[in-house]
Amino acid sequence: MSRSGGDGTGLVVSGSTGDAWELVIGLEVHCELATATKLFCACPNRFGDEPNTNVCPVCLGLPGSLPVLNKAAVELALRIGRALGCTVRPGVFARKNYFYPDMPKDYQISQYDQPTNVDGWLGLPDGSRVGIERAHIEEDTGKNTHAGDTGRIHGSDYSLIDYNRAGVPLVEIVGRPDIATGDQAKAFVSELRKILLATGASDAKMEEGSLRVDANVSVRRPGAGLGTRCEIKNLNSLRSLGRAIDHEARRQIELIEAGDRVTQQTRHWDEEGGCTRPGRSKEEAEDYRYFQEPDLVPLAPSAEWVKDIDEALPTLPAKRRSALGAAAGMADTHAGVVIAVDRDLDALGLAAIQAGGDPARVLTHIEHNLAVEGADALEPEKLADLVKLELEGKLTATQAKVVLAEMVATGTAPAEIAAARGFEAMATSALEATVDEVIGSEQAEWDELVRAPEDDKRIKKLNGFFTGKIMKASRGQADGKAVNALLVQRRSAARVERGLD
Amino acid sequence: MAERITRDDVAHVAKLARLRLDGAELDTFTAQLANVLGHAEDIAALDIDDVAPTAHPLPLKNVLRADVVGRTLDRDEVLAEAPDAESCQFRVPPILGEEP
Amino acid sequence: MAPGAAGTAVSLAAAVRAGDLSATEVLEAHLASIEEREGEVHAFNLVVTEQARARASQIDDAVSAGNDPGPLAGVPVALKDNMCTRGIPTTCSSRILEGWHPPYDATVVTRLAEAGAVVVGKTNLDEFAMGSSTENSAFGPTRNPADPTRVPGGSSGGSAAAVAAGFVPIALGSDTGGSIRQPAALCGVVGAKPTYGAVSRYGLVAFASSLDQIGPFARTVADAAAVLDVISGHDPADSTSIPQDALDLASHLDAGVEGLRIGVVTELMGDGIAPDVRARVGEAADALERAGASVDEASVPAVTYGLSAYYLIAPAEASSNLARYDGVRYGLRADGATTGEMMEATRTAGFGDEVKRRIMLGTYALSAGYYDAYYGKALKVRTLIIADFAAAYDSHDLLLSPTSPTTAFALGDKVDDPLLMYMNDVCTIPSNLSGQPAISVPFGTGSDGLPVGVQVLAPALGETVMFRAAAVIEDAAP
Ligand SMILES: [Mg+2]
Ligand SMILES: [Zn+2]
Repeated sequence: MSRSGGDGTGLVVSGSTGDAWELVIGLEVHCELATATKLFCACPNRFGDEPNTNVCPVCLGLPGSLPVLNKAAVELALRIGRALGCTVRPGVFARKNYFYPDMPKDYQISQYDQPTNVDGWLGLPDGSRVGIERAHIEEDTGKNTHAGDTGRIHGSDYSLIDYNRAGVPLVEIVGRPDIATGDQAKAFVSELRKILLATGASDAKMEEGSLRVDANVSVRRPGAGLGTRCEIKNLNSLRSLGRAIDHEARRQIELIEAGDRVTQQTRHWDEEGGCTRPGRSKEEAEDYRYFQEPDLVPLAPSAEWVKDIDEALPTLPAKRRSALGAAAGMADTHAGVVIAVDRDLDALGLAAIQAGGDPARVLTHIEHNLAVEGADALEPEKLADLVKLELEGKLTATQAKVVLAEMVATGTAPAEIAAARGFEAMATSALEATVDEVIGSEQAEWDELVRAPEDDKRIKKLNGFFTGKIMKASRGQADGKAVNALLVQRRSAARVERGLD
Repeated sequence: MAERITRDDVAHVAKLARLRLDGAELDTFTAQLANVLGHAEDIAALDIDDVAPTAHPLPLKNVLRADVVGRTLDRDEVLAEAPDAESCQFRVPPILGEEP
Repeated sequence: MAPGAAGTAVSLAAAVRAGDLSATEVLEAHLASIEEREGEVHAFNLVVTEQARARASQIDDAVSAGNDPGPLAGVPVALKDNMCTRGIPTTCSSRILEGWHPPYDATVVTRLAEAGAVVVGKTNLDEFAMGSSTENSAFGPTRNPADPTRVPGGSSGGSAAAVAAGFVPIALGSDTGGSIRQPAALCGVVGAKPTYGAVSRYGLVAFASSLDQIGPFARTVADAAAVLDVISGHDPADSTSIPQDALDLASHLDAGVEGLRIGVVTELMGDGIAPDVRARVGEAADALERAGASVDEASVPAVTYGLSAYYLIAPAEASSNLARYDGVRYGLRADGATTGEMMEATRTAGFGDEVKRRIMLGTYALSAGYYDAYYGKALKVRTLIIADFAAAYDSHDLLLSPTSPTTAFALGDKVDDPLLMYMNDVCTIPSNLSGQPAISVPFGTGSDGLPVGVQVLAPALGETVMFRAAAVIEDAAP
């Protein structure tokens, strides 16, 4: 089985028949909202507290208790909706009825046929768009732990329930089945995470469960109608998501090619086994008996409220990447661009470039040297000045890194720091003299380096030997890159001279 | 018009509602529910497709509370009410079947 | 009778506030009445004698210290046992909640306490308020003080009987389809259901959330008004609480009905109503006319579908509201090898037949394939009823009808025929579906000598005018 390389079609070629298959993937993402309190009560919304300490009559579902909607949860849900280009409509809460011990009322309050956010989309870095059907508000359940031999649900002796998480606000983002590869699915979740972080809606930690992804996967022959889908749960990382989708697609293709059919079911990703396993089948077909939640009134965000949300919405990562990429003359997907935005240093980068800093060097510093506290307070003009000093050969890369760290700490101008530290990159003529001097004093090694064929392992080692000697002779003033360039140049001249090339 | 409720319907509904009925109860409940639903045929037969449903008598909307932490219950008091508890958590027999 | 036991809530509170009677004297007089007749009536699931004594003595201390304990100072009150009381068992007359101690007070309980009232106990009800006779209680039926062979009505039969028997001057009940008004009528006391949202439901154990309202029982219209004035008003803990101040009924009670237009509901005066009950309603209408109102007939055609709509909507909501009784967090647990089996065993053992019946009915009405035909249809009928009431109120200030089709029936008469039992609610249900207020006022007796109640209905938040008419009817009652 192989995947056609990165053309975005998602075509998979079967190993046994050579037939082409298409994957159809739709993601459902639950994210916990970063509110101070739960969705319908004033209990703290906090991860990791002692079990059953953040509970009250409402989130324990005690008789007589009633829900009251958290305004901040609505606010964050609207931010998510608007960031995903959704239309905001009047929403109504419904009860989804089913018995499960982690759900205190034995029904979940969730927006059902009238969600607040509908019809949006998410742009992926590869330029494709994935439709968003809805992003609705609902409450989380408590947490079960299974005691006994296996520690898992099957074969456990009993279970323990902690209701701290019960009633925590969630937004469930239901994507349309527009995704064609596991990589695209990963890109979707990764981009969604960035939006959730940028809008402050969620801390979006997959490993802590504040971002939970389910994937609906089906396969079909190109041009055919939709195949039967399976829903994969228990995807705790981006890596699991990609692997699970690839595995599940392969499983379905093999089934169909063997003359079987795919059964619609829920499957769980087994990270250690590297495969999906069927969930325990339910005795009864689901019948959630949805009806309007009579303890709540409709939610109809006003046009003004939506306008305020829009105005307060930060510029989203995709737009920031294209702005920085354009200024730097690089693709939006360039690692330096992506990391600058992820670290909220794109404004710094942009201003430094506008102040005349070399884009490549500015982004290199952001990518490699500015993952530190206080980096965002750096004055862009000073970063541009530093880059200029480097480019003029007045600072080596190593020195520049030291100067930059001090700039972040003290805010002092780079030239001042360099002067105070006695940093002064060697002039080219001085460097050339030092290089030739070292070559002259290490004739045996030089001879070996010159005569070694291009693919010889010794070249790297000997280059290192000479670089070390030269750096030492220059007392660290020499620029590593310049030294290397000079060595390459001297060696090829010597080979020509000796008739080796 | 809806069909008359059957013994199987009642058995299914009892299962959905987590109630166990023996044979005699099933017969009695089927007859009683059929009787009540039979009375409801007067509205099942009404031609009111164009009438909007009213799920709630109040015209209120947008009732919201501020995101401010309030009082939580004392855990000991909460767990004292639990039929079974262990390690400060509610204890239940093995859970079979998937969470939807 | 001991001093204080016969007084109205208003007069007792006035005496306690003035220092003429102590709260303790008032309480002891009522405890004595309870002692005398509770064995026969069985109005209470629990009498909290010691807590009540401690509370009464607090009130007395406050009065001695020159403080005003509030408008219901020292007035004994009984609570239907579906209202949460902190640390005091709240059973809903169900085995499934046996032993449960709520960790919090219902908002109405807090408000009564702030007004100086003294809670004496929790009253019997049909399990989870499902019933019209208080025979569906896990702890045995309540009997009608007017004739102990008869039912007190229901589901708030315990509260109605407690007031009728003189155990307390006032009590709270809850009314989902008539559960305050019908027992008030059958026991010969005043019972009012306020506008949906006028009184907080926080801490009222839910039966059908879009229909439930808490309201007062009293021996006089003025007492019922005094209670509503205390318990009404916005509560931020209930999203369906109307954002407005408490009602002020007491100060308008004597305004009369001069110039009011009152319509007798045609559809609720038909063959299904006993002739003697119809006659009393006619006499009440005459009395209102004599007092200066203009009275005619008013047609509200859709109310004839009320019963069917109600017995789909209320069970549907109930099937969901009662899902939480699963043996996991509180109350009863029966053994089961798995959590699923434990839940099923618990619910099977914990709920009585009427509750099971309604849970199944509601589950069915909401289930895939039947939602549109039953629940969906019932919601549309609700729209029709609201529209027909609105039309009637275009030309009327108030409406008038019987409260219950008959006087109190004998215990056991209707227990085996749910539909026959449900018919009791035909006159009261429409106001729950529309969310509008209604009050039952005692008006004479039927041919059997048992109390008859006349119902006054009003548009949403029309309590002030409704109570004025109720006061006129009370004055004119034979
Ligand atoms: Mg969900
Ligand atoms: Zn809570």
